[in-house]
Amino acid sequence: MEHSPVLILIAAVLTNNIVFSGFLGMCSFIALSRRIDTAVGMGFAVTFVSTFTTALNWLIYHYVLKHGALSGVSFLDGVNLEPFTMIVFIAVIASFVQVVELIIQRISHSLYQALGIFLPLITVNCAILGVSLFMVIRGYGFISSVAFGFGSGLGWMLAIVLMAGLRRKMRFSKIPPGLEGIGITMITTGILAMIFMVFNGMVRIN
Amino acid sequence: MSKIKKIFLNGIWLENPVFHQVLGVCSALAVTTRVKNAVVMSAAVIIVAALTNFTVSVLRKIIPFNLRLIIEMIIISTFVVIFDIILKAWFFDMSRQLGPYVSLIITNCIILGRSEAFALKEGPGLSFLDGIASGLGYTLILLSVATVREILGTGSFWGYKLISDADIPARGLSMAGGAFIVMGVLIWVMNSIKLSGNKEV
Repeated sequence: MEHSPVLILIAAVLTNNIVFSGFLGMCSFIALSRRIDTAVGMGFAVTFVSTFTTALNWLIYHYVLKHGALSGVSFLDGVNLEPFTMIVFIAVIASFVQVVELIIQRISHSLYQALGIFLPLITVNCAILGVSLFMVIRGYGFISSVAFGFGSGLGWMLAIVLMAGLRRKMRFSKIPPGLEGIGITMITTGILAMIFMVFNGMVRIN
Repeated sequence: MSKIKKIFLNGIWLENPVFHQVLGVCSALAVTTRVKNAVVMSAAVIIVAALTNFTVSVLRKIIPFNLRLIIEMIIISTFVVIFDIILKAWFFDMSRQLGPYVSLIITNCIILGRSEAFALKEGPGLSFLDGIASGLGYTLILLSVATVREILGTGSFWGYKLISDADIPARGLSMAGGAFIVMGVLIWVMNSIKLSGNKEV
């Protein structure tokens, strides 16, 4: 069943949150959730990149890579490029990030200060590649894909900002030595994920 | 201590990629609802890590330094795609259950991390073993988390029912939140063992 883009957007933020139900982007989620301002910066960068790379990847997948997409071109008839999907997606993401970094560096120094340092980290953020792969698996249309990419980015930002706020409070708590750092972050994320399950009744996409 | 022994000790325990260096956590959480999925995923990571390390090590003298990340990514993707196609051809159900997470091995930092930290410096044979060792470290975590989650969350092991549906102790563990909590507790236990070990020394 095809859902409306608005539903997909809401679901990607709340019920199918990329961190809490998709387990994606965990590395940077844990590493960058120590401070709220870095969390917000990285959140914006992820939202921006995931929206645009999903759109680009959708176009490339449906007009070039998909089985039969090139059948109009006579000498490429019968060529199946689908096995290259992942490699192309990763290349698109990496080059998009590079281009954006260059543009931001030229036009706005303050924006570069705010977002620039996070951009190289995004290439290895599996949330971005994950969103593109989910889009293919779930067979979204173009508008839905963009909504899904944007919503996933917003959901990731919501998750990391919430986590950064909680970790700031936790700095003053007494935590057993072995649990400090990653351990307590994991358990807190688990509790947050359970809290987010409350939204499940609202809307559910698969 | 011989070099090979050290590689395995580091990969599996002392510098375990998942709980020591927090690499590759995403897939470790996502595929651990069932032990079977965890085994397939671990096999994928061991094979891809070993082969990537081997290839990068063979090519390490001719890879230009500035282009090394891109070349490493291409090598990793190639092996992941091969594994993905094999899985789709012979184990279609498993491939459906794992969904995009097999493809996401590409962005699994364990593999890129090991080829950066080890394969670019050492010979092909040792690099191959290092890939296996870090893959085994990942397997250790995956199997522990998956065993706990499958038994307590769904009452079965490897698909066989152990506990009747009415008596399942903690259904929540098979859901997303449970994955994080089991992983957090596991990291806690392992860190505590490590800390107490350090005190004795």
